[in-house]
Amino acid sequence: MSFEWPWQYHFPPFFTLQPNVDTRQKQLAAWCSLVLSYCRHHKLYTLDVMEAQESPVFNNKKMERKLSVEAIQVVFEELRKKGNLEWLDKNKTRCLVMWRQPEEWGKLMYQWVSKNGMVNSVFTLYELSNGDDTHGEEFHGLEEWMLLRSLQALQTDGKAEIITMDDGKGVKFF
Amino acid sequence: MDRFSWSNGLLEIDETLVVQQRGVRLYDGDDKVKMELGVALLSTHRLIWRDIKNHECCLSIPLSQIIFFEEQAAGIGKSAKIVIHLHPSSPSKEPGPFQNSKYSYIKLSFKEHGQIEFYRRLTEEMTQKRWETTPVSQPLSSGTGTQAGKTRAVGIVGIERKIEEKRKETDKNISEAKEMVELSRSIATKIKDKQGDITEDETIRFKSYLLSMGIANPVTRETHGSGTRYHMQLAKQLGDMLQAPLEERGGMMALTEVYCLVNRARGMELLSPEDLLNACKMLESMRLPLRLRVFDSGVMVVQLQSHSEEEMIASALDNVSDLNTNYSSSLSILLSSLSFLNYFPRLLLAEKVGHLCRDDSVEGLRFYPNRF
Repeated sequence: MSFEWPWQYHFPPFFTLQPNVDTRQKQLAAWCSLVLSYCRHHKLYTLDVMEAQESPVFNNKKMERKLSVEAIQVVFEELRKKGNLEWLDKNKTRCLVMWRQPEEWGKLMYQWVSKNGMVNSVFTLYELSNGDDTHGEEFHGLEEWMLLRSLQALQTDGKAEIITMDDGKGVKFF
Repeated sequence: MDRFSWSNGLLEIDETLVVQQRGVRLYDGDDKVKMELGVALLSTHRLIWRDIKNHECCLSIPLSQIIFFEEQAAGIGKSAKIVIHLHPSSPSKEPGPFQNSKYSYIKLSFKEHGQIEFYRRLTEEMTQKRWETTPVSQPLSSGTGTQAGKTRAVGIVGIERKIEEKRKETDKNISEAKEMVELSRSIATKIKDKQGDITEDETIRFKSYLLSMGIANPVTRETHGSGTRYHMQLAKQLGDMLQAPLEERGGMMALTEVYCLVNRARGMELLSPEDLLNACKMLESMRLPLRLRVFDSGVMVVQLQSHSEEEMIASALDNVSDLNTNYSSSLSILLSSLSFLNYFPRLLLAEKVGHLCRDDSVEGLRFYPNRF
């Protein structure tokens, strides 16, 4: 299924950071929503700022409009404030994009575990994210950093426990 | 011409080139300089002139040396010029092509045009004075006080030294100002008494020098404030005269347009810009149906009182959705199209209230109805 662009993507002013404060708020909200849904669709978990400039999200080649670097930074800052983005380095060149929060991932995984009657079993992290059994699940292919955070969330809830094994980490669901 | 120094023509770090123009001849005062045609370059810090054929022949002068400057229109067989009046050189000035000169002003003669742009950019640079905020490594002497050779010192000694330097600078400024005041006073007296060998157009020249230096013309009556009866009558006249033209032009006209219109209609006994401006300033207080409006950019228009802001926004909105025309904000278009002058402030206003949004790209600046 190809990605559906929102109407704003075809509206030239969308690519100019609006000086009017109220207009800007609405514009940024639309940008945040677009970035998150694009990352969700393509299962992107990290973004590189330099690469992002050329990505179709920020660069509408057909319309010949692209968001300036400064504006991209503003959008990223907005996402960070909302809790959907974390910078990986001080220079703000790479970031983690959380189009779904760890708690939600945790819930999804737990649902799958209990649906399949596998409570009390132990899984390696690899099995969860890349195992044949989880193929087709939304969390299949989840990157390790996010997987860990989600399991930590479950752990806090008392629904799982992260265990260290010989060759890596694993998790037991309760 | 004795204020210029030889230069290699290379820009320093932090110094930016603003504009350059070929085909410029230098004049020492009113005399042609025995040099070929050259390129005049304006940077954020200096005015540079370089011989077109012989690049080694390159002169420069810091912008801080400029007292003021004015345009001299072209005539028959004469190119347009910019006359630049200069401070005396500081003792630490680097050597230049001329040791001394009887003139304290130079001229740039624009044989291949370009004086309008050059003049405009020079005005910008002299207003912004960017050389003051980003000093370059080369010691640039200023007319009112040298900074070259200033030793860096810390501690109390340093502070004391700085205070002493400041005091010396201030003294120098005061003495120079005294000179200026004396000069202008004597000129004013001469104009009033018409003594000495002052011709008619010299008088006009002197008056304009005084005006451009910020000293109001001493011969006329008070320039603003309560205004005179003359201005009040004029304002009434304008109120009658401009109704129809304003209606035709959508309720707003640039002051320059008004000036042309009014003087064309008068034929004889033309209005000076000053008188027009003073009359317009009184429009509102005299409860006439027009008023003078000054935009943030400094642009002045005469506007029909009935023209409310909502009407303007509504009409701007209509036009935008109909035409979606490109309202590029470049200054040259602003200067060449007065109808644009009517639109752009309206568009900005409509954007401010959220009816329009902007699209700023390499194609230019456009406005769209705000669909956000």
